Amino acid sequence: MNLNRDVFIAAAIITLAVGATPVFAVDDTSAKASHFTLPNGLELVVIPDHRAPVVTHMIWYKVGAADETAGKSGIAHFLEHLMFKGTAKHPAGEFSQVVSRIGGQENAFTSSDYTAFFQRVPSEQLKTVMDFEADRMTGLQLSDEVVLPERDVILEEQNQRVRNNPPARLGEQIDAALFLNSPYGKPVIGWRHEMEGLTRDDAIGFYRRFYGPNDAIVVVAGDVEPQAALKLAEETYGKVERHNAIAPRNRPQEPPPVAVRSLTLADPRVEEPQMQRDYLVPSFMTAQKGESEALEVLAHILGSGSNSRLYTALVVDQKVAVSAGSWYDSTAIDMSKFDVFGVPRQGVSLQQLEAAIDAVIAQVIDKGVTPEELTRSKTKLIADAVYAHDNQASMARWYGAALATGATVSDVDHWPDRIRAVTAEQVQQAARQWLDKRRSVTGYLIKDTSPQAEKRS
Amino acid sequence: MIRFATSIALALLALWAGVSNASAMTIEQIVSPSGIHAWLVREHSVPLIALNYAFHGGSTQDDPLRAGTAHFTADMLDEGAGDIDSKTYHAKLEERAIEMTFNASRDYFRGSLRMLTENRDEAFDLLGLALTKPRFDVDALERVRGQELAELRRETTNPNELSSRSWWSTAFPGHPYGRDSNGTLETMPRITADDMRSYVHRVFARKELTISIVGDVDAETAGKLIDRAFGGLPADNDLKPVPSIKPSNLGRRIVIDVNVPQAVVTFGGEGVARNDPDFMAAYIVNHILGGGGFSSRLYREVREKRGLAYGVSDQLVWFRRAAVVIGGTATRADRTADALKVIESEIKRMAESGPTPAELDEAKAFIKGSYALSLDSSSKIAAQLTQIQIDDLGVDYVQRRSALIDAVSIEDAKRVAKRLYGGGLLVTVAGRPAGLSSGTE
Repeated sequence: MNLNRDVFIAAAIITLAVGATPVFAVDDTSAKASHFTLPNGLELVVIPDHRAPVVTHMIWYKVGAADETAGKSGIAHFLEHLMFKGTAKHPAGEFSQVVSRIGGQENAFTSSDYTAFFQRVPSEQLKTVMDFEADRMTGLQLSDEVVLPERDVILEEQNQRVRNNPPARLGEQIDAALFLNSPYGKPVIGWRHEMEGLTRDDAIGFYRRFYGPNDAIVVVAGDVEPQAALKLAEETYGKVERHNAIAPRNRPQEPPPVAVRSLTLADPRVEEPQMQRDYLVPSFMTAQKGESEALEVLAHILGSGSNSRLYTALVVDQKVAVSAGSWYDSTAIDMSKFDVFGVPRQGVSLQQLEAAIDAVIAQVIDKGVTPEELTRSKTKLIADAVYAHDNQASMARWYGAALATGATVSDVDHWPDRIRAVTAEQVQQAARQWLDKRRSVTGYLIKDTSPQAEKRS
Repeated sequence: MIRFATSIALALLALWAGVSNASAMTIEQIVSPSGIHAWLVREHSVPLIALNYAFHGGSTQDDPLRAGTAHFTADMLDEGAGDIDSKTYHAKLEERAIEMTFNASRDYFRGSLRMLTENRDEAFDLLGLALTKPRFDVDALERVRGQELAELRRETTNPNELSSRSWWSTAFPGHPYGRDSNGTLETMPRITADDMRSYVHRVFARKELTISIVGDVDAETAGKLIDRAFGGLPADNDLKPVPSIKPSNLGRRIVIDVNVPQAVVTFGGEGVARNDPDFMAAYIVNHILGGGGFSSRLYREVREKRGLAYGVSDQLVWFRRAAVVIGGTATRADRTADALKVIESEIKRMAESGPTPAELDEAKAFIKGSYALSLDSSSKIAAQLTQIQIDDLGVDYVQRRSALIDAVSIEDAKRVAKRLYGGGLLVTVAGRPAGLSSGTE
C-alpha cells in the first residue's frame, strides 16, 4: 500500500523541511541553482548534480487548496489526480507508461499553496518528460467516465488519511478553529460532503483558471547544465501561450487573534489520549527579517528530538508524558502555525500535561535559551542541509516549495547564513511574542466511551 | 528512544528522490586492520559518510514469552553507554549532528550511522560504545518501555496493525516469523535489562557481521573506523536456529471486528526464496500484478476503473527460512467484498495465464531502469549494499542484475506466475465489511 500517487500530507512535511533545512551549509561544494524566466512567464530553476546520469524534473503550479472557491473544497487535490487522465495528444495512461518504460518514477502532491508533479528519469529523457508536462499544462481532457471513479478514489483517500485516523481528525478540527478567515482552515483533501459533489466541470474550471506557464515553476536537479536545460525548456514549455487571466493570490487574511480557544474530539478508537496546540505565527513570507529563522531555532530547541526542552522536561525528568515535541511550518504564503504536542503517560490527565507544557514554554519566555542549546540547534539545522545535498530530489523540492510560496532562489541559498545569525535574544523574543495562548487553539483527543459511540463512528 | 508520529504524521514522509548511477558505482571490498570485512563505495562530492550494518539474529532470537526483546534493545542502544548516560549521549550525537539508528527485523539486527566527514571518529566511537557497553539504565529503560506500551495500546484499534498482525500470526502459527517484532502488551512488561544484555551478548559479534560504508572516505580510513566501532566485539555469536516454514492457513479468510469506516485488507500466500532460481521471474511477475507504478493490474482494476481504493499493491517478502507474497488495500466497508473479488480474480487470472509479452517487456524495462533511481542517497546505497551482502548475491550483483532480468522468458514468467499465485491466499480484513465473514474457501 505504498502506492500513493499523491502525498499531500507529506507536503506539510516538505513545507517543514523547506524552512528547516534548505540548502547548503558547505560553501565550496557543488553548483548553485540557476534561475531563468521564459518570455511566457514560466520560471526555471536548474541545480546541477553530475554524480549520476539522472535528473529529477518537477513542475510546481502556484495554486493549492487555499485558492479554492468556497463550497468546492478538495478541488485542487482532485485536479491533481485528474491530471493523469490524458490529453488530446496523449490518451490516459500514456505519460505514465512512457515514464515507466524508461525506468522512471513519478508522483504528485498538493498542499494549501501549491500543486506539484514530478518525474525522475535518465538525463537523456529530460526533454521527453518536459514535452508531456508542457502538453498537459493546457491540454487536459476529462470525461465523466474517468472523473467519477477518481472521485471515489479521493473519497477512499480521505477515509484512509482522516476518517480512519483519529489524530488526523483532531488536526483538521484544530486548523478549522485556528484560522478564522484564512483558507488554511480547510483540509487540503477537502470536506467530505463537498468532495462528494465535485464534478468534471469544477475540475476543468479550476484548471482553466490556474494552470499556465506564468503560474508554473519548473525545477530540474541532476545531470544537466543550466543552459542545456534552458534550451529544452524553451523548446517545450516555451511554446505554451501565457495565461493572461490568472489572478494574483490575494487571500483573506487573519484578524489579530484575541481568544484562547480549546476543543475536545472524542473518538471510540482512541487508546492513547493526546494534546496538540497550534499557535498562529508568521511564515517566512509574512515575518519580519529574522523572525521566521528565530521560530525555527525555537521549535528545534523546544521540541525536536530527545535533547529538546519538552522531551527532557516532560518525558525524561517529570515523567508525565511518553512523547512531546514542537514543530514550525515556515513555508507558507500567509500566516502559518507553530505546533506543540504531547502524549501523557497513563494516569496523567491532559490538563496536567498541558500545565507541564505551559510551564516549559513559560520558562523559555522568562529565562530564554542557553548558549549550548543555541549552538547545538544551529549545528543540527545546518548539518541537515548538508545531508540534504546528498539527494537531488530533496534539493528540487526545497527550491520548488520556496519559490511556489513566494520566496526567491537567493532566500534558499542564504538560509544557513540566516540561521547562523539567530541570537538567543531573538529566540526568547520569538517565544514571548508568538507563543501567546491567545494566538492558539488547544485540542484534546480523548476516547469516546458513550454508548452511542460504537454506532456513530 | 522512540518518537511517536503524533498529530503531524511525520512517519508518512515519502522519499521519492534519486541519484546515483548504480551500475557505474565501484564497490571496494576492504578488510580492517583487525580483520573485519566490509564493502566501500567512495563518494567525495558531499562531505559525509554513511554506514550501514547487520548482525544475524533479529526478533527470531526472542524468547516467545518476552517477544519484543530485540526491538526493545534497538530502542535502548542510544540511551547511554560506557560512562556516558542517556542525556549526555543524546547531546553528544546532536552537538555533532550524528544520526544513529537501530532496528530489529525478524532475521537481522540492523543499524545505520551518518555523519559529516569531520565528525567521523567521534561517530564511530559512540557507536562502538553503544554496541559493546550499552547501559540499560533503569530510568531510561522504563521510559522507553512506557513508549513501547503506549504504541502497542494505540495499535489495538488501528485497522492496519490488526489486519497485518492477524495475517502473520495465522500464516506462521507458533513460529518466530508469526510473532510481531514489536512484541505485545503481555510480553513487553516482562523484558528486563538482563534479557537485553543477554541478547546483545548472543547477537553482536564479528561472525556474520555485514558492513557497508558509502561516502567521503578512503579504504584505509574506513578500515580504521570499522575497528573503532566493531573491533571490540566478540568473535562468535550464539544464535538459536530457526526452522524453515511455509505459510499455512492459505484459503482462509479472517475478519477482525473494529469500528472504522474503511476496512483494511491483507492478502498473501507462499512466495519465492531470494536464492531460488525463479526469484527474478517472480519479482517481475509480481511487479506486473501489483508491484508498483501506476500501471499494475491491481492498480488499474481496483483503483482506476472502479475507484474502490486509494492504494492497492503487493510485494515479495523473503526471510532466511520462509518467503511470502503479501499485499493489501483499504476500502469502504460496503464495497470491501467487491474489492476483494476483483483482487482474487486478478490473482487467479495471473496464475492461469501469466503476463502478456508486452507487459513482461515493460516490466523488465522499468525494473532495470529504475534501479539507479532507488539508490538516491549515500544512506540508501549503503543500505542496499548491506542487503546485497546478506542476500549473498555477490559483489558483482549490481552489474549482473540487468542480465538476470533479461534472461526471464515469457515461459518462465507464466510458469512462475502459476507457482506464485496458484497456491491459495490467506486473507485478513480489519473493519466491518458488509457481507464478509471469517471462513474457509
